[in-house]
Amino acid sequence: MKTLKLVKNSVRNLAINKMRTGLAILGIVIGIGSVIALVSMGEASTKAIQAQIQAIGSNLLTISPGVSFSGNVRGAAGGGTTLTNEDALAIRTSAKVTTIKSVSPEYTGRTQVIFGRNNTNTQITGVEAIYAEVHKISMDSGSFITSQHVASLSKVAVLGPTVVSDLFDANTNPVGQTIRISGKNFLIIGVTKTKGGAAQNQDDRIFIPLSTAQKQLFGVKYLSSISLEAISENVMTDAQNQVGYLLLDRHKLADPASADFRIMSQADILQTASQVTGTLTSLLTGVAAISLLVGGIGIMNIMLMSVTERTREIGLRKALGAKKKEIIYQFLTEAILLTFSGGIIGIILGLSGYFAYSKISGTAFTISFMSIFLAFAVSAAIGIIFGWYPAQKAANLQPIEALRYE
Amino acid sequence: MSGITIQVKGLSKVYKTDDLENKVLSNISFEIKSGEFVAIMGPSGSGKSTLMHILGALDLPSSGTYILDGHDVSKMTDDELAEIRNKKIGFVFQSYNLLPRTSALDNVIVPMDYAGIPETEQKDKAQKLLERVGLSDRINYPPNKLSGGQQQRVAIARALAMDPTIILADEPTGNIATNQANEIMEIFKKLNKEGRTIVMITHEPDIAAFAKRVIHLRDGRIV
Repeated sequence: MKTLKLVKNSVRNLAINKMRTGLAILGIVIGIGSVIALVSMGEASTKAIQAQIQAIGSNLLTISPGVSFSGNVRGAAGGGTTLTNEDALAIRTSAKVTTIKSVSPEYTGRTQVIFGRNNTNTQITGVEAIYAEVHKISMDSGSFITSQHVASLSKVAVLGPTVVSDLFDANTNPVGQTIRISGKNFLIIGVTKTKGGAAQNQDDRIFIPLSTAQKQLFGVKYLSSISLEAISENVMTDAQNQVGYLLLDRHKLADPASADFRIMSQADILQTASQVTGTLTSLLTGVAAISLLVGGIGIMNIMLMSVTERTREIGLRKALGAKKKEIIYQFLTEAILLTFSGGIIGIILGLSGYFAYSKISGTAFTISFMSIFLAFAVSAAIGIIFGWYPAQKAANLQPIEALRYE
Repeated sequence: MSGITIQVKGLSKVYKTDDLENKVLSNISFEIKSGEFVAIMGPSGSGKSTLMHILGALDLPSSGTYILDGHDVSKMTDDELAEIRNKKIGFVFQSYNLLPRTSALDNVIVPMDYAGIPETEQKDKAQKLLERVGLSDRINYPPNKLSGGQQQRVAIARALAMDPTIILADEPTGNIATNQANEIMEIFKKLNKEGRTIVMITHEPDIAAFAKRVIHLRDGRIV
């Protein structure tokens, strides 16, 4: 029998019990829909993370103090005081370090910030002028910290947009205002543009000159991190080695295993982040796949019911000359039609769910044709797998038994 | 085949259930020539339905041979039997057995579908057949919109769809009111006059009277 005729007959058979057909399709719709939505969201967030690597700069290295030892007592990771301004200067000036373009020493602490009757607790980052270049900071208004500010221990501050909205109402221009940080007055000289949410909130922080932060605000002589900009992406490993051995030498450590600092590239950090996203996506997709399986079992159930109900019809068709394979084709076509239409509706719903997600989260909406193709293939495969047994059962009915069946 | 359409020789059918053997047909032999109109008569339990199933290639005999139009049906596979049912036999059942929610035209087309006849040809032929049984104004009606007699006429049109060697009718008037039953029988008579071989199973003597020859069956034997 022609395929078109088979499909036409199947549509007619499925239309007889619309409620049942609808419910059977629904199982597949939910399964395919959630797989499509989750896979698309996963792919989108992975792409977003990759875009962030580009935005932050893939040639960025961060040195953070590692575990500090006092005698045999191991200190907390990252809480060390081993990185100093001299280390930063050494990296900048050493003849052995040939792969680093810029060095940005930084000190970050948290403290209370007050403007008028508003206050907030936020990160204060002491920076040098080079910070803006290394971290690709762009200004919304005013200007960034300059080397003069650092040299003269100026009490000036550059605010992130989140801090601005926390401290000021919409119609106040923060530039030129004075805020109190830990009881000291700071003049606001600029506001940065928003960077968007990365691993930590880049927008909820205040930049002040490094010297002011170390000497006047926090009273420390060490750095919490040094950011390095390599001359290109291709020399990252060389850069890590050159800086690493220089610091080991400076800190009088012979064995790299005992290093009291860590050098990580930004790409390393974000790779970890995207691995987490990937794991989460596959986990959720797994759950969705289970619902797809349940949908498939639903299809099988419906098809078995339909075989029992149509025993007489099957007997008649055999009496009129239908061969085994023609009965199998008929029932398989019905099953595949169910899963396929479920698949199409599922793809539409899944994509609209993902579209809504991308609108809400502000991420780009990109359709992955691979996942759509896969969804089609999977839904057809489910039709064949779960339709096979009922179709076989129908085809093996003996014509007289089937004709006698009431 | 020198005019012999059906040749049954030493045919037996035994149903086995656990340790009980039930011999429904025992050692039956007969011939039906081309163009005959034969009625097989017998009370219920005489084995006439079983005989009908074997003649219709719906079931196989336990022993003996059944040769239909030169083909030994008793030793065929499932698919070969399906082919025989499709091309050589036209069934008319007591309960019509039309596909529900399917128009008269599409019901007549079903056997042609399985034979792989092109769609345009199917329609033409089905239409002509329905005209012949007097249903030209009902071709798009589903079975539930037709009377019993009309439904049986659709079934007859369907039986003729593949120009079969024999028409096998199982109590064709069993569910039909008397006046309509006679009309159905007139159609069979007319078909027989045109040269078709008809084998009809019935337990009603006045229906059997339409046939030219009657085979009586009792307790699985010809009497």
